Amino acid sequence: MKGKRWLAALLTAAVTVGVLYAAQRLLVPKYQRGIVEGSMVEEYYRETVDHDVLFIGDCEVYENFSPITLWEDYGISSYIRGSAQQLVWQSYYLLEDTLRYETPKVVVFNVLALKFNEPQNEAYNRMSIDGMRWSMSKVRNILASMTEQEHFVEYVFPLLRYHDRWSDLKHDDVAHWFGKDLVTHAGYYMRVDVEPELGFPDPQPLADYTLGDKAMDYLQRMTDLCREKGIELVLIKAPTEYPHWYEQWDQQVADFARENGVPYINYIPLQGDIGLDMAQDTYDAGLHLNTQGAEKMAAYFGAYLKENYDLPDRRDDPVYAAAWQEKTDAYERMKKQQYDELAQYGQLVSFGANAIEE
Amino acid sequence: MLFTSYAFVGFLALVLLGYYLVPGRWQWPLLLAASYGFYFAASPYYLLFILVTTASTWVVSGRLSALTAEQQAYLAANGQLSREEKKTYRARIKKRKWAWLLACLILNIGILSVTKYTNFVIRNISHLVGGGLKPVDMIVPMGISFYTFQTMGYIIDVYRGKQQAQPNFFKLALFVSFFPQLVQGPISRYGQLAPTLFSPHRFEEKTFSFGLMRILWGYFKKVVLADRILAGVNTLVRDPAYTGAYVFVAMLFYAFELYCDFTGGIDITIGIGEAMGIRLPENFDLPYFSKNIKEYWNRWHITMGTWFTDYIFYPISVCAPMLRLSKWSREHLGQQVGKRVTVYLSSFVVWLATGIWHGAAWNFVVWGLANYVVIMISQELEPLYERFHRRFAVRGKAPYEIFQVVRTILLMSMIRMFDCYRDVPLTFAMVGSMFTRFDPGIFADGSLLQIGLSGADYLVLAVGFAVVLGVSLFKLKRGSVRQALYQKPAGVFYGTMALLLVCTVVFGAYGAGYDSAQFIYNQF
Repeated sequence: MKGKRWLAALLTAAVTVGVLYAAQRLLVPKYQRGIVEGSMVEEYYRETVDHDVLFIGDCEVYENFSPITLWEDYGISSYIRGSAQQLVWQSYYLLEDTLRYETPKVVVFNVLALKFNEPQNEAYNRMSIDGMRWSMSKVRNILASMTEQEHFVEYVFPLLRYHDRWSDLKHDDVAHWFGKDLVTHAGYYMRVDVEPELGFPDPQPLADYTLGDKAMDYLQRMTDLCREKGIELVLIKAPTEYPHWYEQWDQQVADFARENGVPYINYIPLQGDIGLDMAQDTYDAGLHLNTQGAEKMAAYFGAYLKENYDLPDRRDDPVYAAAWQEKTDAYERMKKQQYDELAQYGQLVSFGANAIEE
Repeated sequence: MLFTSYAFVGFLALVLLGYYLVPGRWQWPLLLAASYGFYFAASPYYLLFILVTTASTWVVSGRLSALTAEQQAYLAANGQLSREEKKTYRARIKKRKWAWLLACLILNIGILSVTKYTNFVIRNISHLVGGGLKPVDMIVPMGISFYTFQTMGYIIDVYRGKQQAQPNFFKLALFVSFFPQLVQGPISRYGQLAPTLFSPHRFEEKTFSFGLMRILWGYFKKVVLADRILAGVNTLVRDPAYTGAYVFVAMLFYAFELYCDFTGGIDITIGIGEAMGIRLPENFDLPYFSKNIKEYWNRWHITMGTWFTDYIFYPISVCAPMLRLSKWSREHLGQQVGKRVTVYLSSFVVWLATGIWHGAAWNFVVWGLANYVVIMISQELEPLYERFHRRFAVRGKAPYEIFQVVRTILLMSMIRMFDCYRDVPLTFAMVGSMFTRFDPGIFADGSLLQIGLSGADYLVLAVGFAVVLGVSLFKLKRGSVRQALYQKPAGVFYGTMALLLVCTVVFGAYGAGYDSAQFIYNQF
């Protein structure tokens, strides 16, 4: 009798764990349309080939560089591990995480996030961290990123964070309960629409232009980690001009780069060289490049990479070629979809933050 | 560390695990360490207060015990003493005991009063002298009212010779600080709690699972229902623009919230004890099924009510001045009035104390006295009721009983509005508006969806209310729900627990997006 009760207890516990797991899968946001940035980090684990170049950073990498162009023009296998407002320590821990799977030859880090020295926003934290596989890197990432209102246990059991979505479930939540579609192209977020840049407000003077200790410490750790692994680190500032990148910040990064023997390229003054036309190459009035701009940027940056680093052309490698052909096809398909929507509606209706979730 | 915090759930899991892993003789020391850890986590400063209370109680109870022993030994060794000499000796010992008791009570009531009521006094003096006095920055240790009352009950029992003093300081410290009951009771009696608190317990599936189910039921009521309806209550009571029918809604919502909050917390507390084989006293007995207010107060916050009865009402009723007053009243005011004087006076003191105990504010004082007035009036109307029942044979009939229950709920809920609005004139104004500006249209025009509760919230609350009502009715008619479930196949029993867990996790009002709410009784 007692044995039967124990068996029932164990079976019930097992079923309960299963139900809670299923509920968790159902209730966590899917980020399949509209705000898709929450899907970016986890998509990396579906990659089938290694990458010679790894971009890490915030929207200034995942919206400004097209890895497909790098592949098509130079045969460079690259990936962008970026997410919305990805903080420096989040980039560092994503780099650590990536190194568990592969060792790229070049790591490109966009420096805009150095302006943030403290955790900023729970929603961005979740989009950057939830998709990581569990490792000590993820644990440290959470601990470094949590705002005061957040709890570690809610990262371990996301159901505790998202449980109240039960009254707000959409078709996508059910359709992607146990499987999600790719929303990026090797980490690149596609937007083909155009909204010209019309100028930006004058930058506000700051009380203190010193980049924060924590941010700079993680940049140092990133530099040291790359050196230790034999990886070339390239620091860049993407060519987009807003949010404003102060000269004082630029100087501090340049000093850091010189002291650590790593290159730093600020692409803002190089817009003309790149061939960017901010009346045509941005989809949100100059904050980010559109696909046309990202392709120009990738073409320009690819030339720099080829010239300065020993990066193999993988186009003749059948394994790489097959994997990238699949990506290229998906890229072209989505591009066509977006252009079709623009032609039909004058704006994107299935993509971007305005896309309506069913 | 709130009961509803993740930290507490983790802490509890570790304590339960540790409790059954350590040898039996180490179980109570483990609980003592856990209790002090729990209190330390709330604030290291709190420890100072609880240590002073524990130490003073231990010293004085030891002295009282020693004096009792001394008296017994002296009288046994001096059997030849005359009756008068023995009486004189006993009086001398009693005086010494009384001095010790008084010192202990003054110290501990003093700590309670200073920490809880200083700013109340300052505010009132400031009001009287036309302002200028500023409140002081005062620490109010968590659960101080509960543990002070518990220790006072203990020391009075030792004084009365009803309870042997606990010679082990650490055991007494555990009795005072036992973490599940530290923040909101129940107020235990030493004689009831000690036997199971200090004895070793081996793991038993039934005991443990019963405790666990009660914990889950408590969390369900607190997190799914009380904390969800809280948003609506807060919206309605924080804005005086919500008058008339909205006040009626607030009144009912608050009644439901308070019930689920307080009984939920007590279920968690008793369930924790039960899971470890420790029996804590029940604090509620389906109070919303009471047919009058007196019955209600016998079934709501039972341990507080019995504490006030045993340690305030009876001592006042039988103290020498009161007996003299009683005699004088009977002689000068007649039997009918005279016999009521002491009861009315003692009850007045009890309800005044009950009000003040609930909070350092006039609204609690008025709340306590409103209860007193209603109870006294209903007592005086008793003969009228009797005449009514002799004429109409409605007693025991379901419709009349339902009427009585609803009447009691509404009356109690209305009195509780003093607690809800926390402002005496505002409460009168808002309750008055229920009768003068009642607009039933708000129940149909969607207004109730604009008070911080969505349709989904109402759905959860409606289902939750039905579940709570169903469980209560079952308990009323057929007894323990857990026992009934336990007699079913084990899958049903454990399945119910699993359902409670899943519902609490998914439908609970916690985490980001919700203001985490303390248990209402924590502040007392």
